[in-house]
Amino acid sequence: MISLKINKALCGAKGKMNLELDLEIKQGEFLAISGESGAGKSTLLRILAGLEKAGGGVVVNGQNWKNVPVQQRQIGFVFQDFGLFENMSVEQNLLFVSNDKVLADELLNITQLSELKRRKPNTLSGGQKQRVALARAFMNRPKILLLDEPLSALNHEMRLKLQKEIVKLHQRFDCTSLMVSHDASDIYRMASRVVVMELGKVIKDGTAKEVFTTDNSLLQGEVLEIQKDKIVILVGQQLVELERLDYEVLKVGDIVSLKTDI
Amino acid sequence: MHELLNTLSTLDLAPFALSFKLATITTIILFIIALPLAWQLSQSPSKIKPIIESLVSLPLVLPPSVLGFYLLVAFSSFDLAFTFRGLVIASCFYSLPFMVQPLQGGFESLNKNMIESSYIAGKSKWITLFRVALPNIKPALMTALIITFAHTVGEFGVVLMIGGSIPDETRVASIAIYDLMNNLEYGKAHIYSAIMLLISFVVLLSVYIFNHKQKYFKGVRA
Repeated sequence: MISLKINKALCGAKGKMNLELDLEIKQGEFLAISGESGAGKSTLLRILAGLEKAGGGVVVNGQNWKNVPVQQRQIGFVFQDFGLFENMSVEQNLLFVSNDKVLADELLNITQLSELKRRKPNTLSGGQKQRVALARAFMNRPKILLLDEPLSALNHEMRLKLQKEIVKLHQRFDCTSLMVSHDASDIYRMASRVVVMELGKVIKDGTAKEVFTTDNSLLQGEVLEIQKDKIVILVGQQLVELERLDYEVLKVGDIVSLKTDI
Repeated sequence: MHELLNTLSTLDLAPFALSFKLATITTIILFIIALPLAWQLSQSPSKIKPIIESLVSLPLVLPPSVLGFYLLVAFSSFDLAFTFRGLVIASCFYSLPFMVQPLQGGFESLNKNMIESSYIAGKSKWITLFRVALPNIKPALMTALIITFAHTVGEFGVVLMIGGSIPDETRVASIAIYDLMNNLEYGKAHIYSAIMLLISFVVLLSVYIFNHKQKYFKGVRA
């Protein structure tokens, strides 16, 4: 059980704001944190990790973490810019955390990095680096897993695969996990609970379905192109062509709701 | 030509040897002192940091005579004036910023999340320094070591005040040239000066080539 009561003054994108949170996170929960950039999501992860100070308190399993240094928190953290050790190979990046070759090999396998284990980080692509960061985060068998957009640099296929693998590892290590993500697919497939943050405060809290579903018969789409007799709309990752009737008011870039017959 | 060869063969190289001995010892001592200092400065959000940074940088702006004067006053009760040990201590003060500043700059330019990843992995500040931070600032480390060495070899004012010109004890190359000039031995002064010029150029050239290569290869691999 993690109990977070935090207040901290932040300089966000829209000027000064206060991060004010009062969250209870159950043991084993997989919490997704969504919201606009600059809402304080990454700061929340950093405070929990002990990398930033804040007013209020963090209590984990009844223990106040005020004076527990970051080194003793047994955390796995995937940074948005990865933070890999540039002087070490992929494999050394993992073994530096804990000299457990068996676990390292297994994690390299899961993230499909075995072939690349002797390479240095600056020779890898963004997606490969992100997978190294993910594998490394599990090396100290974390009790709390903090993921800052952990799948953002991956292609669709790898993303689907790692969504499942992360949840499996989360269960195996009996982690409590917090994941910052903007991706509804990540959140829906992985998280058991979602909070949406805005300007430093939680504005929604519930399951992915409760938080993201509005009206089941309505689909949201973006107008991509308006032609003479039809318009092209992007719904999710799919293009939909509709006959053009009376769409005089529409312009490219508009967000529209489509009513379905289901 | 014959005269030149003659001068060369009778050339006393002891001042150069002394200069390099002084520079080597100073560089080693300063590295040991400056490494933790630069690391702490780079990681600290402390309010007294600007004060420490100013103190470290003072030798850059102070006239050598001011530093020399205070050191002489301090040395008078320790029997250190006009000794080699005294020179080493004076050089450590004089060259301190040349070691601290490149190291601190190197540490500050590192990816913050890389350092934090090491802390999250449970590693202490000192293990992080030696295993993560230091191996990733090789060009800055190279610059710090070589510029400190070269700057100590090139020292004059403080050495003159603290050490005087005692052969094999405090008579380093820069002092020897000054003495030769005063004694109107221009031939020898020419040769000494040319050697200093050449050494200084080669030292600087090696730093710039090394750093250029580091950047170039990093760029190609990335």
